[in-house]
Amino acid sequence: MKQSRWQQATYRHPYLFALLLLAVAFTVNALLQPNLLEPTTLNSNMRVFLPLILVAVGQAIVMIGGGIDISVGSIVSVTNAILATQIGLSGDLSTAGVIMGVALLAGMGAGALNGLCVAYLRLQPIITTFATSFIYSGLALFILPNPGGGVPSRLTAFYRETIILWLPLAFYVIALILLIWAAIRRTRYGRYLYAVGGKADAAYETGVPVRAVQFSTYVISGFMAALGGIAMTLLTGSGNAQVGDPLTLSSITAAVIGGTPLSGGAGGVAGPMIGAIILGLIRNIISFANVATWWQTFVNAAIIVLALATPGIINLVRRRNR
Amino acid sequence: MKRLTISPPLAAVLLAIVLFLLSGFLPNGFGGNLDVATAQAINIVRLSVFLGIIAAGQTLVIISGGEGIDLSTGAVVTLTAILTYTIVNGRNEQVLPALLAVLVVGGLIGLVNGAGIAFLAISPLVMTLGMAGVVSGLILVITHGNVSGAVAPIMTQLIARPVLLGIPGAILIWAVFAALMWLLLERTAFGRRLFAIGANRTTARLSGINVTGMVIATYALSGMLAGLGGFLVVGNTGVVHIRIGDPFLFPSIAAVAVGGTLLTGGKGSYFGTMAGALVLTLITSLLTTMQMQESVRRMVLGATLLTMIAIYGRQRGFRQ
Repeated sequence: MKQSRWQQATYRHPYLFALLLLAVAFTVNALLQPNLLEPTTLNSNMRVFLPLILVAVGQAIVMIGGGIDISVGSIVSVTNAILATQIGLSGDLSTAGVIMGVALLAGMGAGALNGLCVAYLRLQPIITTFATSFIYSGLALFILPNPGGGVPSRLTAFYRETIILWLPLAFYVIALILLIWAAIRRTRYGRYLYAVGGKADAAYETGVPVRAVQFSTYVISGFMAALGGIAMTLLTGSGNAQVGDPLTLSSITAAVIGGTPLSGGAGGVAGPMIGAIILGLIRNIISFANVATWWQTFVNAAIIVLALATPGIINLVRRRNR
Repeated sequence: MKRLTISPPLAAVLLAIVLFLLSGFLPNGFGGNLDVATAQAINIVRLSVFLGIIAAGQTLVIISGGEGIDLSTGAVVTLTAILTYTIVNGRNEQVLPALLAVLVVGGLIGLVNGAGIAFLAISPLVMTLGMAGVVSGLILVITHGNVSGAVAPIMTQLIARPVLLGIPGAILIWAVFAALMWLLLERTAFGRRLFAIGANRTTARLSGINVTGMVIATYALSGMLAGLGGFLVVGNTGVVHIRIGDPFLFPSIAAVAVGGTLLTGGKGSYFGTMAGALVLTLITSLLTTMQMQESVRRMVLGATLLTMIAIYGRQRGFRQ
């Protein structure tokens, strides 16, 4: 079947649709909130979006490798529980640094368990990471049975209020990740990742270490989820063992809106970042458009479904017109 | 590599029996009292019915392949439970209209899922996830967070209470339902086509099966079965809240997987899902009986689930 030009364009540039959507969402948001581009407003938005952006990047890398990670939300919760109980509201900065390192290691450890089960025990990703999500959310509750604890205000202030050259901290984090990703894509590992996600059998035949690559995607995802958890904890400043729950499904939505198909082997990291920002902007729009409280969930979900359906509708219309 | 010759449904049933027998040795278990043991066993089976019926639709969409999955199940159960509650409002004569309404509403939601998946090529996971959000939003719009109504006496009588020889109605309903599911999957053209599109969509299309129609019908059926599940759940509990269906979503997928149905489609059975529902319900209620903390309970549940799928949920390797 001959592909339409739209299909070709979206295939070559998986971020194309996400960028269009971002432009629309941004414009609508800017109309409702005229000071959107002022550094302080930009900062207050981006610091809220950053945790999901980080988690979505990890989710996207797992999806490119042909898997899915349902446990990311629970890993965020574990990180939050570790930071809130071990650093404490009056902790000093050097302890905080050590504990954050421990939290990142814990995230990678959780990812390694996922990777071990999926890649080496050959279990189905969705059900495996669902099972481990129980282990991790149980662990988070074990560490922090009741909401409480927190991190020192000096740390939260650094996360919430750092603006360098008019741009909030989140931009520098995003730029750093994009740079690292650009470097990784050029390595052999980058090519392996897409090969494994696209056709694992063929990749195996040509000598790609399929299992090791699959394993690594879950470790990366666990690391990114822990990073997201650190951002989340610095944002809220407090501990709650269920804080990560909503991030699991949002991260999948963000990755898909950002042009990463669930079938694997395609997509990237910039798209899911845009996807996460779009999800945040939609929430902003709804709250600034004075949508009645009881309608907000519905309107939010309906816009997301419409966004997911649009590429399909465009294809359908184009095929009919030919 | 050594292959297990025991079939997954049988393994799950055996596991359930062993676990149940072991639970007798718990401090507050049934010990040597046969009557108490029977009563407990019946109660576990009764509790499994709801997960079992909700997971039936999940079984169908998973067998249909194409990364088939229905994440809107939980939200549909909640919506239809609330609908049943409001429509019935304590009157016996409203039970049948309510049942009809939940089947239609569930079916329509499933139809939209199927249409999105078949016509717009949205992946099932994402489409049904989005739909779950829309339905949850609808529930808030309709109820504003609180629901008024009541179940009818006849529902409690038929679903929750013993009907025949001390066996609760729910179990009898499940037995009939299981027979119907077996007929649907093994003895009808729909069942044959379902396995065919699950195994390979292209060959199915080439052999004259209307794949698009089948996909839409399967998701519609899944929605209807979730609707039936919502109806039964509220008939059992007698009360409703706006998250009543959520705890059924992922266990419905887990029940299918534990029952040996391939998550990639084309192979599976409803008996497997029934066994899976039984095991999951048993483990959950055992952990509750043992009065563990919520945190430990979750970890044990996760580890058990992981062990079960590790035993027989493995995918084939490359070197074969």
